[in-house]
Amino acid sequence: MSNTVIFAALACGVIAWFLIASRLTAKSWESQDEKGDVGAINIAPQRIGLWIFMAVVTSLFSLFISAYAMRMHVGAWCNITIPNILWVNSLVLVAASIAMQFSRWAADRGNRDAARTALIAAGVLSLAFLVGQLRAWQIVGPSVYFISGSPAIAFFYVLSAVHGLHLIGGLWVLGRTVTKFAAGAELVDLRLSLQLCTVYWHFLLLVWLVVFGVLLYL
Amino acid sequence: MAYVAIADRDAPIHDPHTFFLKYIWSQDHKVIAIQYAIVAISVGLVALVLSGLMRLQLGFPGTFHFIEPQDYYQFITMHGMIMVIYLLTALFLGGFGNYLIPLMCGARDMVFPYMNMLSFWVYLLAVLVLMASFFVPGGPTGAGWTLYPPQAITQGTPGASLGIIMMLVSLGIFIVAFTMGGLNYVTTVLQARCRGMTLMRMPLSVWGIFMATILGLLAFPALLVSAVMMTLDSTLGTSFFMPAVMSLGEKLGHNGGSPLLFQHLFWFFGHPEVYIVALPAFGIVSDLLSTHARKNIFGYRMMVWAIIAIGGLSFVVWAHHMYVSGMNPYFGFFFATTTLIIAIPTAIKVYNWVLTLWKGDIHLTVPMLFAIGFIFTFIHGGLTGLFLGNVTVDLPLSDTYFVVAHFHMVMGVSPILVVFGAIYHWFPKITGRMWNVTLGKVHFWMTFLGTYAIYLPMHYLGILGVPRRYYALGNTDFLPDSVHSINAAITISALIVAAAQLVFLFNMIMSLRKGEKAPPNPWRATTLEWQTPDTPPKHGNWGPQLPVVHRWAYDYSVPGAKEDFIPQNEPVDPALGAGRDHGKHR
Repeated sequence: MSNTVIFAALACGVIAWFLIASRLTAKSWESQDEKGDVGAINIAPQRIGLWIFMAVVTSLFSLFISAYAMRMHVGAWCNITIPNILWVNSLVLVAASIAMQFSRWAADRGNRDAARTALIAAGVLSLAFLVGQLRAWQIVGPSVYFISGSPAIAFFYVLSAVHGLHLIGGLWVLGRTVTKFAAGAELVDLRLSLQLCTVYWHFLLLVWLVVFGVLLYL
Repeated sequence: MAYVAIADRDAPIHDPHTFFLKYIWSQDHKVIAIQYAIVAISVGLVALVLSGLMRLQLGFPGTFHFIEPQDYYQFITMHGMIMVIYLLTALFLGGFGNYLIPLMCGARDMVFPYMNMLSFWVYLLAVLVLMASFFVPGGPTGAGWTLYPPQAITQGTPGASLGIIMMLVSLGIFIVAFTMGGLNYVTTVLQARCRGMTLMRMPLSVWGIFMATILGLLAFPALLVSAVMMTLDSTLGTSFFMPAVMSLGEKLGHNGGSPLLFQHLFWFFGHPEVYIVALPAFGIVSDLLSTHARKNIFGYRMMVWAIIAIGGLSFVVWAHHMYVSGMNPYFGFFFATTTLIIAIPTAIKVYNWVLTLWKGDIHLTVPMLFAIGFIFTFIHGGLTGLFLGNVTVDLPLSDTYFVVAHFHMVMGVSPILVVFGAIYHWFPKITGRMWNVTLGKVHFWMTFLGTYAIYLPMHYLGILGVPRRYYALGNTDFLPDSVHSINAAITISALIVAAAQLVFLFNMIMSLRKGEKAPPNPWRATTLEWQTPDTPPKHGNWGPQLPVVHRWAYDYSVPGAKEDFIPQNEPVDPALGAGRDHGKHR
């Protein structure tokens, strides 16, 4: 649980930093003049929402990984033999992330066609990643007696499934952005969607790399 | 940190025209809040009936033959889970959070109204799945609200096959709903406050709800992780939590799983959950006390910092629920220390509430009675928490009624008293009608005295060693006859308290139909929700112009002011001078 506690401490630290930065020491009963009064912060709500959501997902995966680490010391444990296809899948997801980054850069430059093409490429690569993960499930499945043979394999299924579900959620948003492209929306209106998708894709790549690392080395 | 708020947009965020879109499939935070509250209170009544049935069995064992042992365990489990998650969490955050955050922050709505609406409907689905578990073969799970494996999914425990799955699925759905709502609450507080509403001018109700939501967002994933893994243990036969078990003479397929791992995950969620319920109650009660004592809250900054400190500390105390599960003594020492440290910010809050009342112009209105009642029950429950936070004291008391008495005082009665106080307080704004005060006072005294009649003797039972979780105590040498008499008396008190809630419901329905029309600001309160142009507030809350905030939320009895309260949106009067001067007079 220690890494989860560290994450929770970090999250609380970020909150504390934010609150202190927001003049938590203000003597609100005194400052009745309008000087320096601020209301809300100047960040798009969707962006704040995404970062909070990523904190929630980080908490989720930290806890899964904590559970993995604690469970492996208990008993009846044998490590999973990593199927080679996971290396390929990881590269595909890296490529998806890069494509997403290109799409964002293209949007910043005002190049609509390039942004759309890169976005669709990112979507296709992400789908390829998911197909690859399903293939990995097939490879792992028959090789070990799933039911009680190895909790490491059960963890592999759970972690990859939860990660995949988050990616599918991202693909839904990506699909909506592609639809908006098709409907002829202005690039200015799409820029925020592209930025947020890019952040989310990088985040999910990072999560997958950590999960993969845990499966490989822990 | 320049000021830009989406709340400033002229165009309405959403504009419903039909009855269906306005009151059912609604994106308006006020309607969603009421929907949340109705469902939460309804399901809470189910849990209340379950507790009544449990008490009948405990008070008069052998009399009510329709309550079998397995029924009793199912009642316990469902009562606990419903009260903690589906009533208190949903009502404080989904109900009060939804209603109060935009109104108190001066926003037109939540920042993601559609997701807010989905949050309610997904919550409703979670409740329906939970209620459906009463009707599946084998009935709902009877594993106790903590759902500890291996017994939760092993034959012999009621609902070990389908009931537990329904429970776990329902919890998973609830967490999805909570996450959608929680993202909204946090983002709205950060992003949609009106001009002048700095974080340190926010009413403490919003602070409590804000921090509780952050705790929920970080802690509920632990419950989700444990629910997913237990579901797999139960359905696919994995061995996350399940050790090698001999059940009914047969060896089950599991091997090597760790029940302790489940306990760690569960309580990593379970302890912050206490504060997910308590922090909104802390915040709301601060506002009630200040408003009805006509005095600024004592130590506002300390109150905010205490909320933050309690939130942070709540993540490092979870294992104090596991002292009897066995652990390294150094861990026990660590968790006992952190647990006792929480007493410091909590005590700061209690002192500040009491000091707010000190020399205040106390109006014993119905909300104020509930708020003062909360101080009593919370101090009471908090002090017994100091006993149980110590490992050596906890070990003999852990499986006795002392614990039942402790957590009901601190986490059951106290937040519920705040819920009632808050409903009485904001009902005029929500519905535009006033309550019947006499019935409200009858409700308060029956509830407050009744709960003491229930839980005070339970401490005594616990110290005598009466074990909790037993269907019937039977005749054992170490229990004197007085235990059985006390149990009967507790049951009678519990039934009276349950009946008192009918007075509340009757009063609510009658006030809705025939109550006196409420003025816009019946309590003469300073916070923004009382300054809306309409009562109840219309869609969009503020009419054409958003409010602008000029002061904190606690300008009561300011010397020289023409009334004993100054609303947050009232500009500074140069004749009164700066607020600094007011401070000197206080």
